[in-house]
Amino acid sequence: MRVGLVIVSHSGPLSDGVVELVGQMAPEVRVNAAGGTPSGGVGTDFEATSAALAAAETGSGVVLLYDLGSARMTAELAVESLAEPNTAVVVDAPLAEGAVAAAVAAQNGDDLEAVARAAEQAAGAGGAEESEEAAATSAAEGASVATRAESELTLENEVGLHARPAALLARSLTGLDAAVTVSFGESTTDARSVLGVMGLGARKGDRIGLRATGPDAETALRRITELVERDFDE
Amino acid sequence: MRSAANSVSEHRDELVELDRAIGDGDHGENMERGFLAVRNQLELTVPESPAAALKSVATSLISSVGGAAGPLFGTAFLRASTAVGDAETLDGPTVAAALRAALDGVTARGKAEREDKTMVDALAPAAEAAEAASTTAGSGPSAVLRAAAEAAETGARTTVSLIAKKGRASYLGDRSAGHLDPGARSVVLLLNAFADVTGAE
Repeated sequence: MRVGLVIVSHSGPLSDGVVELVGQMAPEVRVNAAGGTPSGGVGTDFEATSAALAAAETGSGVVLLYDLGSARMTAELAVESLAEPNTAVVVDAPLAEGAVAAAVAAQNGDDLEAVARAAEQAAGAGGAEESEEAAATSAAEGASVATRAESELTLENEVGLHARPAALLARSLTGLDAAVTVSFGESTTDARSVLGVMGLGARKGDRIGLRATGPDAETALRRITELVERDFDE
Repeated sequence: MRSAANSVSEHRDELVELDRAIGDGDHGENMERGFLAVRNQLELTVPESPAAALKSVATSLISSVGGAAGPLFGTAFLRASTAVGDAETLDGPTVAAALRAALDGVTARGKAEREDKTMVDALAPAAEAAEAASTTAGSGPSAVLRAAAEAAETGARTTVSLIAKKGRASYLGDRSAGHLDPGARSVVLLLNAFADVTGAE
């Protein structure tokens, strides 16, 4: 079974919105909202958080994300109140970006630790410079096996790099040792950052650039190319 | 505990005013609601031990106070409950140990340190004063709680001049100075009520 997610927020509409967003990209992941007070006001609710946590557990563990301040405490308290507190983790991550990254990892079958890490690493997502720097470092470290690959592709699918295609693109890179960037126009982003890729705003007919560095650079580009050529299975 | 609930109710408006100055003005209402729940629960099920009573308080507060105060005060009572263990009555050293555990719980949960202008500024000196008092021969729970309450009061007063570094008031930055921290004030109210009750027994 897949790792579940809980979105703890001060606002019901905010947590529902994150759940909606994530549901588009990771349809098989259980993502539950715990937002607002029982009376529908602004605040966090321990009971609702505990219930959302219990409902998100399928046997593989749960990652909890929070919006701000006391939502973290409520989430931590809910985890500590579990019979087995080590089956859930509260992560410090940007709420929307972190939830998307975690859900994509969970959809892919990653374990609890990997899903939590995906959320945490989303903090720097969208920063292409960072990933290029990381790529350069990893390239230097594994000089003998490291490769670089570049290509350009034209999007033929109806919706371009919208939510679902962006998620599929990020997912296609799972398990690969390569830093990959996607660029469109003046912008470049980490290919694993779903929101970053969506943020490029590339549509049908647009030409995107791909760049990969690392031992699996070639494989990474081949997978993305296949995905684009299949029109993201639309 | 009933007396603590009454004290929170009596000072509800004061807490609301303090919180309105540097927070969102709901601390008084939230704490009153929380302690009403505490009182109802304790009347519904009479706890069998001090630890069970403290745990019941914690659960009620966590479920009904909301915001940051719910988890924080809830954690304080929960940790105190664990520290008390299976003691049938609370002597001075046990009270001191419970306050220390409550403080450790609150700092672990809220990540606040002293002089961040939070309830820690009242609870930390209270725990220390309680420990000091409990080592004095013959001082019972009432003397320990009284010492804790007085230290908490002095500590809470120091929050007036502080600039908040944690919690909602920290969003105000320098403008948070000049106001008493509502969370610290609540700690004082609770400890005073506990000291009064044990002193009267």
